Amino acid sequence: MIHSTSNAFKANAHDGLANPTLQSALAKMKVGFPNRRSEAIARLPEFDALRDRSRDIKNHVLENLDWYLERFEARVREAGGLVHWARTPDEARAIILGICKRLDAKIVTKGKSMISEEIGLNGFLAANGIEPVETDLGEYIIQLRNETPSHIIAPAVHLTKAAIEADFRRVHTHLDAKRDLTEPATLVAEARGILRQRYFQADVGITGANFLIAETGSSVIVTNEGNGDLTQLLPKAHVVIASLEKIVPTLEDASTILRVLGRSATGQEMSVYTTFSTGPKREADLDGPREYHVVLLDNGRSALLGTEFQDILRCIRCGACMNHCPVYAAVGGHAYGWVYPGPMGAVLTPSLIGVENAKHLPNASTFCGKCESVCPMHIPLPKMMRHYRVREWRQNLTPRGARLGLGIWAWTAKRPGIYHALTSMAMRVLGWLGRRHGSFFNLPLAGGWTATREFPAPQGQTFQAQWARRQRAMGRT
Amino acid sequence: MGATAARDGPDMTNARNQILGGIRASLKRDVLPPARVAELEARLKGQARGPVPARARDLDRAALIDLFEKQAHLVQCSVARVAALDDVPGELARYLKSQNLPSQVEMSPDPTLDRVDWSRAPMLEIARGKPSGAEGVGVTSALAGVAETATLMIPSGATSPSTMNFLPDTHVVVLPASRVVGPLEDAWMKLRGTVTGELAAATMPRTVNLITGPSRTGDIEQKMEMGAHGPRRLHLIVVEDADVA
Repeated sequence: MIHSTSNAFKANAHDGLANPTLQSALAKMKVGFPNRRSEAIARLPEFDALRDRSRDIKNHVLENLDWYLERFEARVREAGGLVHWARTPDEARAIILGICKRLDAKIVTKGKSMISEEIGLNGFLAANGIEPVETDLGEYIIQLRNETPSHIIAPAVHLTKAAIEADFRRVHTHLDAKRDLTEPATLVAEARGILRQRYFQADVGITGANFLIAETGSSVIVTNEGNGDLTQLLPKAHVVIASLEKIVPTLEDASTILRVLGRSATGQEMSVYTTFSTGPKREADLDGPREYHVVLLDNGRSALLGTEFQDILRCIRCGACMNHCPVYAAVGGHAYGWVYPGPMGAVLTPSLIGVENAKHLPNASTFCGKCESVCPMHIPLPKMMRHYRVREWRQNLTPRGARLGLGIWAWTAKRPGIYHALTSMAMRVLGWLGRRHGSFFNLPLAGGWTATREFPAPQGQTFQAQWARRQRAMGRT
Repeated sequence: MGATAARDGPDMTNARNQILGGIRASLKRDVLPPARVAELEARLKGQARGPVPARARDLDRAALIDLFEKQAHLVQCSVARVAALDDVPGELARYLKSQNLPSQVEMSPDPTLDRVDWSRAPMLEIARGKPSGAEGVGVTSALAGVAETATLMIPSGATSPSTMNFLPDTHVVVLPASRVVGPLEDAWMKLRGTVTGELAAATMPRTVNLITGPSRTGDIEQKMEMGAHGPRRLHLIVVEDADVA
């Protein structure tokens, strides 16, 4: 499993806030993605009905997951493929290495897969003498930089074209040093040319899966570039790496969820390429892989069933929650410190690597609720983050200062008389002290606030006191 | 493959049993009872549809083709309508010229394309078979065109190499109007119709491509660029002759 820096969220977030390149990318993103999504939804009156149905499909699958997995496996075998079961990232990597070694693979092309990131596959293959080549443009770029994705559907969203140009010049040294690479189009064309050769050189092609279909034993990928298709069609073997909750029962169920997936992700009614892959090439087929493998990864997911975190297993990785999240938009994806950023990451990361290793993530939320409101699968993300905050408190992971403060607050909040007396006194004192400037430049116990900005002075009365006064004035008691 | 597969991984049976057992333990139940299994089997065979967008329902042939064309433009395809199969060579030649493309084309050995009299456009140099890998022009047919989103369904097979949909720089698809359907579910029905009714794994083609517009990427500064890895142009020739199946 890849190394996590989730416990360094505060420092990571600080770096993100101070990075002007990242800030300009995020500013563009937080407008672009939501606008495109809402335009697409405005064109589809059935969107909410499709969301409800999609949620119901996934709930149905999760309740019967064991049966659907066995059914899927049987179908894959009928089609001449194989399903491999992996409890842990170690097991998944060993299975994939086994396949690569048997086929004497030197080069492995890869379609974009978050599960591959989760199990740290690239580093493992490289350490075993096999060269992994990411073919999704964004993944290719971050692989050149030895970085992790900062967004689940836009991995290189944090980079400028100037940075990418510098990377291409550094790595593609066989090309003319004087070539023009100033436009995105020229960068895309260069990557296309280089990766085109790689597809033909590869011995094994690895992709992820957006869905696994129990009815037919198919794996499905959804892309815009076409890289996942060349990755799986040209090498000797196609290896699919997928987590076990990706199952849907039928082609019709996949069709329903596809209608919410593209719109929620990029605002597309359909992504350009939706590809259903079933087994190896057939006898008479003119192309396609000779072997087809599906590696099913659990990595803690089966333990989430039946718990308050089961709903996160409905996630279809569209990225809408992070596209609409004010915290993600402020700090970027790398601050989250592990594979999955944003609200879905703040729930999934502690679920997979333990709340003790990701204790800040469930707190990286303003609880504005936007993530849940845009989630196509109706996942109650804020509620689950709250469950983790409770767990963190119970396990004594909350820092001592915060525990003390929260303890005092809870004690007074449960005693309204004392609470009102203390708050109205504080408002009066602060209002009087701040009457000259209207704000404070520093304030005891609020240094975290006043270190970077002024604290506005209250006008002397609590909200509750004002409310009661106005009600009296209006003749209501 | 069975014999070699055992070497691929560590202790697979144990992992399988533990995962399935873990799922049942989490769900606080045993293996599903036969009655429940029968319900699930019935659900798989039922092919029940979710909400189907009204825009793609109950359309006559003309309205379907209009919707298909409108949606195709929204995803950066070009569309030409021709009256009959024999008008296809002329339209292909016209399109290639309009884009300043060479007149050499690679073409799937597709039976629909066999029925076209290609001698009507003698300037075209046609290579039938699977694509060479060069960046040129590829011509295929499609099993269905989904009007809902202008999505082409192209299954792989002995006469349909999937790489033809991805390797050429320009992809031209000849689509008989009779194959235009409303929603995506109707395209699955068509695919099921080409086999024996139920789409079992053994009858499902190895690859079913759903293609909606030409290849693109927004990975550099969120600016959309066409032709990331697949074709940068997708030209659709709709053959309106209703007798062409």
